Amino acid sequence: MMRIPPAAAIGLFFTGLYFFIAVFAPWIAPYGMTEVVGDVWEPASRAHWLGTDSIGRDLLTRMIYGGRTTIFIATAATAISFVTGAILGFTAAVIGGWADQILSRLVDLIMSIPTLIFALVVLSVMPVNTLTLLLVMGFLDATRVYRLSRAVAVDINVMDYVEAARLRGEGRGWVIFREILPNALSPLVAEMGMRFIFMVLFVSTLSFLGLGVQPPEADWGGIVKENKDGIIYGIPAALVPAVAIATLAISVNLVADWILTRTTSLKGGRG
Amino acid sequence: MHPVMKLVAQRLALGILLLFAASVLIFAGTQILPGDVAQSILGQSATEKTLANLREQLGLNEPAVTRYFKWLFSALQGDLGTALTNGADIAESLGRRLKNTLFLAACAAVVSVPLAIALGLIAVRFRDRWPDKLISALTLTTISIPEFLLGYVLAYFIAVKLGWAPSVAMINDSMSLFEKLQAVALPVAVLTMVVLAHMMRMTRAAILNVMQSAYIETAELKGLSGLEVIRRHALPNAIAPIVNVVMLNLAYLVVGVVVVEVVFVYPGLGQYLVDHVSKRDVPVVQACGLIFAAVYIGLNMVADIVSILANPRLRHPK
Repeated sequence: MMRIPPAAAIGLFFTGLYFFIAVFAPWIAPYGMTEVVGDVWEPASRAHWLGTDSIGRDLLTRMIYGGRTTIFIATAATAISFVTGAILGFTAAVIGGWADQILSRLVDLIMSIPTLIFALVVLSVMPVNTLTLLLVMGFLDATRVYRLSRAVAVDINVMDYVEAARLRGEGRGWVIFREILPNALSPLVAEMGMRFIFMVLFVSTLSFLGLGVQPPEADWGGIVKENKDGIIYGIPAALVPAVAIATLAISVNLVADWILTRTTSLKGGRG
Repeated sequence: MHPVMKLVAQRLALGILLLFAASVLIFAGTQILPGDVAQSILGQSATEKTLANLREQLGLNEPAVTRYFKWLFSALQGDLGTALTNGADIAESLGRRLKNTLFLAACAAVVSVPLAIALGLIAVRFRDRWPDKLISALTLTTISIPEFLLGYVLAYFIAVKLGWAPSVAMINDSMSLFEKLQAVALPVAVLTMVVLAHMMRMTRAAILNVMQSAYIETAELKGLSGLEVIRRHALPNAIAPIVNVVMLNLAYLVVGVVVVEVVFVYPGLGQYLVDHVSKRDVPVVQACGLIFAAVYIGLNMVADIVSILANPRLRHPK
């Protein structure tokens, strides 16, 4: 049995809890997602633990389904970003030369424009649906994964075992997936936590601006948008997602930190 | 030519090249759809006639390359075209809003830069003791909450519950500077919190990096007090990285402004952009995107040039 430091344990617990709720949302939520169950902005009560929202739906239910949407989109976008970014990054490092130059300069260029601004420009002509959102978020973020995985792969690429694999005649596919990938995994996994949080914040921001998840579906950013008018009347419904996003982000951060120190200490590297 | 000047000139040239390439990318970003831009702007219910009109208006009947150069040349001459939604001149409405946005960003910068450096220094001085841990826990929290939520949290507690500042930041030209400052108090606070966290962490890292040098150990061994070591030895050597950090965060600030403006209904460039993205007003989006990208690239360029100039090793050619 390995020892888990308390900070990481708390992180693991909340991360696990959020994912559990996301997966089993329909069985956990007390009401239907779009079901109107009461008055507008009712305060918290025994029947509605968090009160009701701007059109009288149960806020807890909305939050549970919203978490499901947010976590699903963030996870899928992170997956897209890692698959594209890592494959391109490894390929660039292994092939080198002009392919590396072209890819790296293209990534520099995309990163020279702020991500949010570029996403807004592209979303102004794209149809707004979940698939577009995933692709835009995933590909824009892949630039960061590309930089990291290229940097890691360039170091691994000159190792003796990679040389040995080349000399015995393995192809580029083997070198990338059987030699470089397993050795580059730990820094990538640690980075994955950061990218996931970034995706949660990114999709929330886009939805808040009305360009992400469309109603009646909601994610946490969308719930803020729906309830923001209550703020000036002193109704805190729009602040509930703040707590959810912050706890999720912090707990994933704690887990990622722990994984990073664990994997580096295993190798006897920087503590 | 002096080698430093040469490096600076190279970096300037790179910046201009990057800006040019970014304009291509922004233009291409709005052409990315395999289908018809006019169709996606007007939706499925559009008639053939309105579609043809819009295509004519957008110049979609010409090839993309021609359109790009037309757009670029008129943009260089200050003509950004007219908005599709209301036919207003984009350059004019944009200029006014850009001024408001820069005012907001400047206020946030004036507050956050000295604060971040001071907090960074405190965190280094009390490294691994409670002030450092407290500061890093607080900054981790503000990084973990998106800007717009931070905005509403402040609006709820400070504007609504306590009534210290207005919850919407409307400003216009007839207001005096003091009234304007009062109106932007909350958005500035939010932007400060967001940038402060990043800036403070990076400042702390930059100074810690310097603190590990041999001359710092010497200074400690000759008996200088902790703050004196930082002031006399660490800070001068950390200025270049800190200026770099500040510039990078100002670039970040320019983006953070977009969301914060929407939260506080502030008449700035960010809100203008977001409004027109949902209206699918492509010319306005392109113009705003170009300006944001230009400011971002410009600030990054300044950051690089400062670090070139501040590096004494480059001043004396071998």
